[in-house]
Amino acid sequence: MKTLNRRDFGVDLGLALAAAILLPATKARADNDLEVHIDNFVFQPPELKIKVGTTVTWTNRDDIPHTVVSAGKFRSKTLDTDDKFSFTFTNAGDYKYFCSLHPHMTGMIKVE
Amino acid sequence: MSGHDHGDDGVSRRKVLECMTWAGTGVLWTITGGVPRSLGIIDSAQAATAAAPGMTFLQISDSHVGFDKPANPNALGTLEEAVNKINAMPAKPSFMIHTGDITHLSKAAEFDNAERIISQTKLDVHYVPGEHDFIDEEVKLYRERYGRGTKGHGWYSFDAGGVHFIGLVNVVDLKAGGLGNLGAEQLAWLEDDLRGKSKSMPVVLFAHIPLWTVYPEWGWGTEDGGRALELVKGFGSVTVLNGHIHQVMQKVEGNVTFHTARSTAFPQPAPGAAPSPGPMKVEDAKLRSMLGVASVNFKQNEQRLAIIDTPLQG
Repeated sequence: MKTLNRRDFGVDLGLALAAAILLPATKARADNDLEVHIDNFVFQPPELKIKVGTTVTWTNRDDIPHTVVSAGKFRSKTLDTDDKFSFTFTNAGDYKYFCSLHPHMTGMIKVE
Repeated sequence: MSGHDHGDDGVSRRKVLECMTWAGTGVLWTITGGVPRSLGIIDSAQAATAAAPGMTFLQISDSHVGFDKPANPNALGTLEEAVNKINAMPAKPSFMIHTGDITHLSKAAEFDNAERIISQTKLDVHYVPGEHDFIDEEVKLYRERYGRGTKGHGWYSFDAGGVHFIGLVNVVDLKAGGLGNLGAEQLAWLEDDLRGKSKSMPVVLFAHIPLWTVYPEWGWGTEDGGRALELVKGFGSVTVLNGHIHQVMQKVEGNVTFHTARSTAFPQPAPGAAPSPGPMKVEDAKLRSMLGVASVNFKQNEQRLAIIDTPLQG
């Protein structure tokens, strides 16, 4: 599966636009912050490579609630439709995560 | 006792009689099928005539009270329609089981609303939780309401009409990448619960997520469901009921009949027929043909469980 980094955002106009539309206009963001969407019971993108200090925001765009859980690392509340969850990664490492309601949904954040 | 295995799924009359002798009760509850079209009983007409009328219970599932998205903006309303349908049945079922996802988001008001509507059936209802009923942070609303007298996260068993019913919970402690989960503690309890039970006693297992693997790509199955089925293998008649997948699906495997019920809230696609198992939007006119309830009829000396799925409409 394709992984995303900042350069991809530069070259992939579609993704960049999608990300831009989702950013609240008034909120200043660190320029390396990233989004993961839940669509059709899938974390998209399923894997992200990020730098320490990056905040990742998950948005549930399904009509069914989901969660974002990385055992012992972070755990969102249940996200209903359009709810968001953010986590700032302050330590390097691989963060496997899943939806505790639909455990076949898994994702990975690689922090370097 | 355990050697008294019915083996193939057809229980011959001679075998039935053998079992009767062995059981020493004179009455053997094989599972069952109360639909007159079942001709399997002609052979044992004598026994059938002597038999008491069948016992009927009802299954409803996946009410998702609180769901208000386009697939069905009024899940409470269609639950009420299902309840009206139940109340209009010519013969009152003995009781009802609800195979989970009573609510959509485990909110107190959703549980209240569900209770208000379901209680209008005036039937005893035996619940098991779905994953949507265990969403609240402390996971206590379901348990406070329905968990009395249950073990662990809410499992229990009871006998009715000569049948042993076992409510299982497979929606907690789910592991990344996995399916539904029963867990070691519950399996140990199940083994204990079945110990000493006559193998001729029909067993009904019910749980939210299918205990059999329907479609692992969508998480439609239970990781350790096979271990539960192993424990009931020696029984002459086993019925496994579940919800979760919002559509009728059934199969017979040896002495085990698997059956999933419709939702009263919204339909879900057939396995692999859509990008995800999410709510399926259908034409308004078609919605009620894809929602409904199931009634299950046990009758002595018949070979199959009769399950009648009744859509809300059509």
